[in-house]
Amino acid sequence: MSHSTVSGGARGGGIGAFVRDERAPALPAPAATIGGFGWLRANLFSTPFNALLTLATVALALLIIPPLVRFLIIDAVWEGADRDACLVSEARPVVGACWAFARDRLAYFVYGSFPIPERWRVDVFFVFLALSIIWILRIDAPRRDLAAWNFFVVLPSVSIVLLSGAKLIGLAPVDTTLWGGVLVTIVVASVGIVVSLPLGVLLALGRRSTMPAVRLVCTLFIEIVRGVPLITVLFMASVMLPLFVPPVWTPDKLIRALVGIALFASAYMAEVVRAGLQAVARGQYEAAAAVGLGYWQLMRFIVLPQALRVTIPNIVNSYIALFKDTTLVFIVGIFDLLKTIEVARADPQWATPVTSTTGYAIAAIFYLTFCYMMTRYAMRVERRLGVGLGR
Amino acid sequence: MIKDVSNAPALREESEQRPVAVELIGVNKWFGKFHVLRDVNLCVTSGERIVICGPSGSGKSTLIRCINALEEHEQGRVIVAGVELSQDLKRIDEVRRETGMVFQQFNLFPHLTILENCTLAPIWVRRRPAREAEDLARQILAKVKIPEQADKYPGQLSGGQQQRVAIARALCMQPKIMLFDEPTSALDPEMVKEVLDTMVELAMEGMTMLVVTHEMGFARQVADRVVFMDEGQIVEMAAPDRFFDNPQHERTKQFLGQILR
Repeated sequence: MSHSTVSGGARGGGIGAFVRDERAPALPAPAATIGGFGWLRANLFSTPFNALLTLATVALALLIIPPLVRFLIIDAVWEGADRDACLVSEARPVVGACWAFARDRLAYFVYGSFPIPERWRVDVFFVFLALSIIWILRIDAPRRDLAAWNFFVVLPSVSIVLLSGAKLIGLAPVDTTLWGGVLVTIVVASVGIVVSLPLGVLLALGRRSTMPAVRLVCTLFIEIVRGVPLITVLFMASVMLPLFVPPVWTPDKLIRALVGIALFASAYMAEVVRAGLQAVARGQYEAAAAVGLGYWQLMRFIVLPQALRVTIPNIVNSYIALFKDTTLVFIVGIFDLLKTIEVARADPQWATPVTSTTGYAIAAIFYLTFCYMMTRYAMRVERRLGVGLGR
Repeated sequence: MIKDVSNAPALREESEQRPVAVELIGVNKWFGKFHVLRDVNLCVTSGERIVICGPSGSGKSTLIRCINALEEHEQGRVIVAGVELSQDLKRIDEVRRETGMVFQQFNLFPHLTILENCTLAPIWVRRRPAREAEDLARQILAKVKIPEQADKYPGQLSGGQQQRVAIARALCMQPKIMLFDEPTSALDPEMVKEVLDTMVELAMEGMTMLVVTHEMGFARQVADRVVFMDEGQIVEMAAPDRFFDNPQHERTKQFLGQILR
């Protein structure tokens, strides 16, 4: 039976030694564990509860998706000059989304009341912003050091000149009260996002400072701002500030709202960053101190990179919340995207039973798209930064 | 710095004339109400190797952490490389530039490569050109026998390798004094030797070393003096031969009886 003498252990019985003398052949896996069927079984129907969840999800999807598709696409009205196109008639017994309305009002949704001959400036701003964002966010983009300069210095200054105008270079001034729509939403969100992170980091460091005065000021600021609703902050900025400050000193309404939102977001960001700071081990501080790094070097090279890395999900969470919170500026009479939709849907020229729904669908798609992009980017960064850190 | 110590073995004979590297005079420290260091006096000359041992909680880690001001002493004087430690932050930085420290838990920077771990402080604290710092780092990584790991991250290395990187990181600052705080206590048994070998080699080059450890073999092999601490005081201090073969204090005998059994 055996071709060697060492396999005697198996033959001899009892507690003899065992040495394998033949390779066990690799057999194909049982059919039930591989392929589509195996996947279904392992992922969707592994337990009765899991099977129940799967069925419930499918039922829910069947309940929601078909009417949505019907409303948004199948029954939708794509062309038309005014409200008549989107009314129920004999030719059109069921009316879905009124995309004709959206097409007609698209420019208003994007630019607000920005003067029509000057709208190219907004387009340039959008393109510049998009390129700058891609440059600074692409991890493998060239010269990312310059990208940061571009993003934090060049972009804001160029944008201010471009959007509000400068007589010197022949750009007609455009009052911010004329700005609106996507332009305002993007400006408010960008300023909030860009300012809140550095300011939040400083506040978080201040709150953990060993200097009692610094700690007290930062803690007070964070707690007061966090304890006040954003709407109140906006009201204070736009209504109360002018009461106390002479009109000459009162900055533009949009700028006041921007400052309010930036400060508000910073207070939240500070707490997010603080959580990350606390996750950095004490040994890291000691090791950095032992090689002679000073406080700012320690923070810049050792603590913040590690702290921000673990807080990426929370930072993005704050950004998403902030992005949607920007809609609150309509309270103080600033025309962001949602407000322009509000105005347009009330316009008698387009007033139909489906106009409002269509308008809100546009807003939903807009916000969903941007928030989803933020989430995706954060996931990619997380995965990338995780490389080499696995333990 | 480094070049001064290269001829240290010759100086060793006339020990009285060697400069003082570390001097502690009447040092006291409390953690809250707990008196953790009690009137500690210790003078370490340049090129000397001191091993500090003692039961846990005896204050030995606190003692060497006072030398680079990771802990602040509350009474007495600590003079390191000619600089007296005080509240003055500039002096603390000065002392930290001249002392390297190796920790029990390695404390490498996990988000930086091995090479970056070694060049960060030379570039930003010593203001070395990046090129030069990198060359030095590679040289020192070769010395601790892990040149091929330079571009990996700490998490990809074994414990022994990580601790050797930690030693390299400290050496890249070209310190005059090296402090070791239980460098082998967190290692798997089979990795202890590679770290000890690195430390022995360093000792042979004449580096001033203060080592908190329970590796008595290491103490016998390289120490000039062994310091035994208990309850925050130095109980006994002697050359290794005398310390191990003929301990004087009851507490020392008891301790050695426990660990050498």
